[in-house]
Amino acid sequence: MDTYSLLRAFADSWFLLAMFTFFVGVAIWAFLPSQRANRDDAASIPFRDTTPDLDQAGDDDFLKGQSHG
Amino acid sequence: MDVIKLVALGVIALIAAYAADQGNDIAFRIHGAIIMLVSGGLFLWTLRKTGEPKPQIALDAYQDGVVRAGVIATAFWGMAGFLVGTFIAFQLAFPALNFEWAQPFGNFGRLRPLHTSAVIFAFGGNALIATSFYIVQRTSRVRLFGGNLAWFVFWGYQLFIVLAATGYLLGGTQSKEYAEPEWYVDIWLTVVWVAYLLVFLGTIMTRKERHIYVANWFFLSFIITVAMLHLVNNLAIPVSIWGSKSVQLFAGVQDAMTQWWYGHNAVGFFLTAGFLGMMYYFVPKQAGRPVYSYRLSIIHFWALIFLYIWAGPHHLHYTALPDWASTLGMVFSIILWMPSWGGMINGLMTLDGAWDKIRTDPVIRFFVASLAFYGMSTFEGPMMSIRAVNSLSHYTDWTIGHVHSGALGWNGMITFGCIYFLTPRLWGRTQMYSVSAMNWHFWLAMIGIVLYAASMWVTGIMEGLMWREVDDQGFLVNSFADTVSAKFPMYVVRGLGGVMFLSGAAIMCWNMWRTIAGHAPVEQPVSQITDADRHATPAE
Repeated sequence: MDTYSLLRAFADSWFLLAMFTFFVGVAIWAFLPSQRANRDDAASIPFRDTTPDLDQAGDDDFLKGQSHG
Repeated sequence: MDVIKLVALGVIALIAAYAADQGNDIAFRIHGAIIMLVSGGLFLWTLRKTGEPKPQIALDAYQDGVVRAGVIATAFWGMAGFLVGTFIAFQLAFPALNFEWAQPFGNFGRLRPLHTSAVIFAFGGNALIATSFYIVQRTSRVRLFGGNLAWFVFWGYQLFIVLAATGYLLGGTQSKEYAEPEWYVDIWLTVVWVAYLLVFLGTIMTRKERHIYVANWFFLSFIITVAMLHLVNNLAIPVSIWGSKSVQLFAGVQDAMTQWWYGHNAVGFFLTAGFLGMMYYFVPKQAGRPVYSYRLSIIHFWALIFLYIWAGPHHLHYTALPDWASTLGMVFSIILWMPSWGGMINGLMTLDGAWDKIRTDPVIRFFVASLAFYGMSTFEGPMMSIRAVNSLSHYTDWTIGHVHSGALGWNGMITFGCIYFLTPRLWGRTQMYSVSAMNWHFWLAMIGIVLYAASMWVTGIMEGLMWREVDDQGFLVNSFADTVSAKFPMYVVRGLGGVMFLSGAAIMCWNMWRTIAGHAPVEQPVSQITDADRHATPAE
């Protein structure tokens, strides 16, 4: 088999399967209840920076906002 | 170290001087002169500094100097790109504007790539570099990695822009849409881009946060994918190393497929993934609440990455490309609708419970408008990729309208929002000089985009229908010139839309200048929140 056909057969069989499995794995991981704390922690990263927040200094409303993550 | 730098700069200046004198074509010779002047100037500058004590740098502060420069460069190149765009819009309406005295430099064919590259790579690229440097420092809570390497990225990128832009005017182009620069400019961009990746990745790797915030995932995918696209699409062999002309490695339909694999992913990763990185930081930050759903952002990221890369063939319907390939591109383009709207919903719903900010906060209004245009153009795009729709829309102005509702609406509006967010913070002001000027900018830009998109829908569908119209004998009814004259009124409306968008941007520049003038930049200390503080933060 020439290189093209070999690569083409690999690409639309095993590699396609590998990519699809990876994607499904990510999607399941994103929904794992055990990851909730990590997701909330990551989502609040922008608010842990101490650069003075000029427009809303002292406003900590975001902590009250409901979390969907 | 300075000695090595001096020797290297001297050698480069000498080679460039030879290229300026002996180059085979005008573009190459002028580029030789530009490089000679830049490296000669750097030589003198380095020489004067040699032996002087190095200035003390506060290493516990964020490296914002390069972000400040990037914000100004974004506004500058934005004005240049919008101005050229408006001018070429009127050139299409009034061909006399292709002035005889300015030939061949000022004709539409040479100004058009100048416009597209100026807005995408100069305006958009500077916005991406500046915001990514701002965001990665704040979400990693460390100073940028690599010291002055960030400045090399900034100035190296400006040199790339100057070489690309002057090259187009002088006829140095490899004729690949959105990848016009010739081989030596491509090599220079590769060097700059690797430095960009080093700074960005180094900052992430030295981060003080446990997680990599989602905005950084988008930025990183943008940097890596653009590097890959750039390298593959620009595989070419120079005819001579003393000339700008090169020959592409691929030929025929392979070349076309490589080009549109590049072209569509330039949209997907430069204009979408990178700008989504901005969205995922600035929208939550300005709204004062975390992103609507972090799990949606994870799925959004991976779905976008996995799908976008396949959509390119929809640019080549009804060509020599095999049917299976163009069907594949079409199917993936349609599936792509889902992650795109997932991202839009995630951004908009971040305002859930704070919708009043759209009325009260002009920065939020820019973000919301940009997300709305993102949603609109990511619906229109998949629709236009369907082969039957494409048979009507392809080669017409509908495509131009689609591109501009994405570029002006999504990329433009979010960049303006970021500039209004960053300018007061970077220069230590409490707010922009004039809030009413921000409102003027917003409405001028909005009306400008609506005029632009609406006129292009009308003229695009009209010319598509005129091209396919046949009489009862089966003969074509219209000649090509008939469609050109029928489009005239819409071309004038489009030009006026451009004038309004440009005026809005001019108001922004004035507002920035009044905000910045007379105020010393402020160094902001790196956030010192400890793990203990972090766990005190209620994370519902």
